[in-house]
Amino acid sequence: MADTADRVVGGLRTDGPTVLAAYGALVRSRVAAQASYRTSFVVDIAAQVLIGLVEFAEVYVVFTQVSDLGGFSFAEVSLIFGLATAAFGLADLVVGHVDRLPFYVRTGQLDAFLLRPLSALGQLVTSDFSLRRLGRVAFSLLVLVIALAAVDINWTPARVALLLSTPIAGAIIFSAVFVATSAVGFWLVDGTEFANAFTYGGNYLSSFPFTVFGSIVRRTFTFVIPVAFVAYLPALALLGRDDRMGMPAWLSWSAGPVALVAWLVALLVWRTGLRHYTGTGS
Amino acid sequence: MIVEVADLRREFVVRRRAGRLRRTRDVVAAVDGVTFSISPGECVGYIGANGAGKSTTIKMLTGILVPTSGTVRVCGLDPVLQRTALARQIGVVFGQRSQLWWDLPLRDSFRLLAAIHRLPASAAQPRLDECVALLEMEPFLDVPVRQLSLGQRMRGEVTAALLHSPELLVLDEPTIGLDLLSKERLRGFLVRERRERGTTVLLTTHDLPDIERLCERILVVDHGRVAFDGTLPALVARVGAERVLVVDLVEPGPALTDVPGTTLRLVEADGLRQHLAFRQEETTAAAVVAAVSARVELRDLAVTEPDIEDVVRRIYES
Amino acid sequence: MSLAAARPAAALAGAGFRRWSTYRQAAVAGVFVNTVFGVIKLSILLAVADSAGGTVAGYDRIGLSTYAWMSQGLIAVVVINAWTELADRIRTGDIAVDLARPVDLQLAWLAADLGRAVWALLSRAIVPILFGAALFGFRVPGNPLVLVLLPVSITLAVVVSFACRFLVNLAAFWLTEIRGLVTFYFLVAGLLGGHLVPVQLFPGWLQTVAYATPFPAIIQWPIDLVTGQATGWAVGGVVAAQLGWAVVLLGLGRLVLSRATRRLVVQGG
Repeated sequence: MADTADRVVGGLRTDGPTVLAAYGALVRSRVAAQASYRTSFVVDIAAQVLIGLVEFAEVYVVFTQVSDLGGFSFAEVSLIFGLATAAFGLADLVVGHVDRLPFYVRTGQLDAFLLRPLSALGQLVTSDFSLRRLGRVAFSLLVLVIALAAVDINWTPARVALLLSTPIAGAIIFSAVFVATSAVGFWLVDGTEFANAFTYGGNYLSSFPFTVFGSIVRRTFTFVIPVAFVAYLPALALLGRDDRMGMPAWLSWSAGPVALVAWLVALLVWRTGLRHYTGTGS
Repeated sequence: MIVEVADLRREFVVRRRAGRLRRTRDVVAAVDGVTFSISPGECVGYIGANGAGKSTTIKMLTGILVPTSGTVRVCGLDPVLQRTALARQIGVVFGQRSQLWWDLPLRDSFRLLAAIHRLPASAAQPRLDECVALLEMEPFLDVPVRQLSLGQRMRGEVTAALLHSPELLVLDEPTIGLDLLSKERLRGFLVRERRERGTTVLLTTHDLPDIERLCERILVVDHGRVAFDGTLPALVARVGAERVLVVDLVEPGPALTDVPGTTLRLVEADGLRQHLAFRQEETTAAAVVAAVSARVELRDLAVTEPDIEDVVRRIYES
Repeated sequence: MSLAAARPAAALAGAGFRRWSTYRQAAVAGVFVNTVFGVIKLSILLAVADSAGGTVAGYDRIGLSTYAWMSQGLIAVVVINAWTELADRIRTGDIAVDLARPVDLQLAWLAADLGRAVWALLSRAIVPILFGAALFGFRVPGNPLVLVLLPVSITLAVVVSFACRFLVNLAAFWLTEIRGLVTFYFLVAGLLGGHLVPVQLFPGWLQTVAYATPFPAIIQWPIDLVTGQATGWAVGGVVAAQLGWAVVLLGLGRLVLSRATRRLVVQGG
């Protein structure tokens, strides 16, 4: 779509910066704006580490009572927890603010986005960049490293590749969930809270082995909101275990394709939402 | 034609609470069959009362809102389907919504917009320098936008809309809330912009001097329809827009009913203050003042201009 | 409180109720979120009970379900989340207007908060509890004393929660940015109050830490009345301890507020 503009306008603009450079400039400006408030930035990072700590406290408390949960040991659940919260933290860092869409609509900021020659979603994503959430990612990675040392994994090149790619694929899946559920905000003024049920709820649920959940919850969060692919299923493959509930083993290696499909669905939902917005106005 | 609008219509569904639980659902046409076109280089004032459908029309022209029916072409493009392509050829200033980054200095906002419009530095910098000089923005270029006064911010907004040298500039209430000096500076800048570059301008305003200074053509919308399309003198002739001379007398005097070319509108404080309405094509303010001071002793006087609301109301009455 | 003071307090509580009752869509969204989180939390706790052989720390399956849904319902009523309304007024200086009013600042905010809590109880708490009770089971307390004291206990939970939030917000008199502090507060209060896992499941040292704070008075104790974790004399003890925390924390709030306003008067804001 953007390319038609170059054709219409002619020579002057095609030699300018690329679309990527435009987004790059937007992201850099956000980072610079945050770094300028150094004191509160440090406090915010500490608060994010604390969020991770409190989340992990639940796992810790549970294992002071029992030695296995849904058939998994403390170290194994910690591995799942580390993978899930690292992926969620990364997604939250990059796109976490999209659930504030109703705020952008109310203040007219979305209209301002629509008046610029870039995609509205692209501008929304690059309009904020919560570097403080690095604190949470760092804590998750710490848990992950300790858990990896504690569990018994039969390392193969395929498993190493799986371990390295899982947080990335997981972050892509979570960001698709963020975008798709945030688009609810095009219809509902209080869309943020609805979106949180799936984003924050997805983070909570994916930090535990899926064997603890009932079949409706398990299927919903595997096939509709695909957060099972973020941590639980890849962890099975790393540990060399089968799903007690009978999920085929190849699903454990499918986070990449699932992430792709999740984003296609998310973009479709977003486009439908944006059409609804420009259709009804406000 | 740079703007072509034919039989444009936009409906909204309004839900009202009727009673404790019942809700009614009404369909209201904010824009109800509007047709007009604008040639390159024109400056058109788009005026009407609040709720007449001005902002709705502008949203449809800029691709933010889809028409219920009818056609819109701007710069030969379909605003909604070719939104990003259109965004490169038009500049928009909404008086109430900002294109700038509130936590960044104005200079950085401009740099970002140049990147967003993919302008090579060779094109962006001279244009920016020109705007900065003409709008006297140098002293506050490094101040974060949130700390700017409304007048300073508005100069930034207009620059932001013009940075990519658009063919069409759309201004929605650009002078609202500004002091007289800021308004005049902005008008002067826009007059020069049109003269130098032939930029087409479409503006909505409540401020009649905006129209007098800038527009040779006026579209009046009322209840979602075009009620008038023509020049300002033609509009004034049609509705007979009146100016009003308000005189304060040294001591209470008789009602000034016999001043040639005027109608006595209001007498206050036992005749200490009197309002005399007159039409520009029949007499002048100077002649009226002379006639009044021949009858009574004046202490003070003021001339008030007809306001847009008044003009629009008269259009509808006539 | 005298009758003369009770009337404006009732009016303020009514205003608090009406103000929040306009946000109906938000209430529906809140119910949905609380229900989803309730299902997840309960699933994890039931798996713990399964591993432990049916009961854990005195909770059987029905007991855990009762805990999970009571805590999801209560959380909306006692709001441990990021409430910064008072801090915002302090930061903007609007607090001076509030201080000039002929009502007690702390009691006025408390009355409004109680009004909000009544609305939250009706709109956000009841539905998740009924949903959970229908699907996962619920233990209705048989002790008539509990049924009488439960409303008192929930009210005191709101008062203690308010008193804590009031103190946290007062920090805005000294700090320019309290977002980090508020985040810190609601995370710690939620964990130690027993919102994520019942305090009875904590290891000994963490239980000691939790019971040294007022946070169990906000969440865990009212739930203990319903689940039967508190029985006999302990029922009265729970309410008495809540009352103690309420008095101490409200008093501390008044002390800090008077320090802060003296500072405001001396420095001129």
